[in-house]
Amino acid sequence: MSRIETDVAIIGAGPIGLFAVFELGLLDLKAHLVDILDRPGGQCTELYPEKPIYDIPGLPIVTGQELTDKLMEQIKPFSPIFHFNQMASGLEKLADGRWKLTTDAETEIVAPVVVIAAGGGSFVPKRPPIAGIDAYEGKSVHYAVRKMEAFRGKNILIAGGGDSALDWTINLAPIANKLTLVHHRDGFRAAQHSVNQMRELAAHGKINFEIASVKALHGENGQLNAVTLSNAEKKEWEHACDTFIPFFGLTMKLGPIAEFGLNLTENLIAVDTAKFQSTTPGIFAIGDINTYPGKLKLILSGFHEAALMAQEAFHICKPNEKLRFQYTTSSSNLQKKLGVA
Amino acid sequence: MKIVATDRNGAEHIVEGRDGWSVMEILRDAGLPIAAECGGACACATCHVYVTGDWLDKLPPKSDAETDMLDMALAVEPNSRLSCQITCGPELDGITVTVAPE
Repeated sequence: MSRIETDVAIIGAGPIGLFAVFELGLLDLKAHLVDILDRPGGQCTELYPEKPIYDIPGLPIVTGQELTDKLMEQIKPFSPIFHFNQMASGLEKLADGRWKLTTDAETEIVAPVVVIAAGGGSFVPKRPPIAGIDAYEGKSVHYAVRKMEAFRGKNILIAGGGDSALDWTINLAPIANKLTLVHHRDGFRAAQHSVNQMRELAAHGKINFEIASVKALHGENGQLNAVTLSNAEKKEWEHACDTFIPFFGLTMKLGPIAEFGLNLTENLIAVDTAKFQSTTPGIFAIGDINTYPGKLKLILSGFHEAALMAQEAFHICKPNEKLRFQYTTSSSNLQKKLGVA
Repeated sequence: MKIVATDRNGAEHIVEGRDGWSVMEILRDAGLPIAAECGGACACATCHVYVTGDWLDKLPPKSDAETDMLDMALAVEPNSRLSCQITCGPELDGITVTVAPE
């Protein structure tokens, strides 16, 4: 466990969380960011890294990845600290009035201000809609491979047609007793060399590839022993396996933020439009996760919200100091912070 | 034009479509449980529907991008489509779709 003290804890390292670092930094406020993904950018890099965005002021065309890269460059002078691969899991008010944000990796961030810039929530694996699958999760159904050794000697069924499904088929084939890849079509949304490698393994009998879908799971006490597969040609049949790893990408769920005791409206956090503070003082919400009259889910709206949030965050973090509002074009003080003067 | 949409509980909703809008936008605005996380960019597969009856044949074929993106959808069937890629128009008046499982 590590306990960190800082000015602002930001949940979410998407474009709005990143720009919040900039606005806070201009006011000398330091930030730590927590994100469940393994890199910055949020939806921009997870969902549409290559898709062009046309409505960022001053950038006629920019991809999700490029925007993220530019924001990372812009906030570099403020040296934000990132806690990736972690889900914000708990929020508690301390006796001294500050907040303690905890993560599922047991990081503790103590700060007077918490900014929730979590977009549509945490990215979590999509669960196939198969009856009773929850009873097997964590025992014989897994959504990720954390330790390859745990899969040695298993009869594995992998489902999906993306890069994760293909990569793990290739990586687990040598250590599995038996491995079958199941996908609904004979085509893949994956790197061509991975597809070639998988087909090579199948041609040599190292793995099986079935064009089918998984309809039902069979087993007891969380231990899988077979699944029902189905396709148009062979109808339904049973396939023996003891491990099932579905890879259908990620989806967004609000997750533990729902339990933070905040005022939620349809999974969105209600804020005022002067400070973008929730009804709980010291807790702010900016970007897609907030709601207020006239709200538009646009990146540019989130940038504006970050700027106004930072003003109030300053008053909370430095109650005895006067906020000096300055422009980066004219203030040598700000330019020094940015490392350009 | 009208869209006849069946939700995950089997209830039927008759929704007024608008020419040029995507079926995803119409269903989402009508309050059906369409997540459409990426906002219609064919980048997330959370607007997955089954096109029922003989309507599938009346739709323009899937683009490669939609076919690829359907690999990230759950419970894909031969009549699976991403509703952000179906554009409303008079020729689709009465189209029947079922919201895919979450």
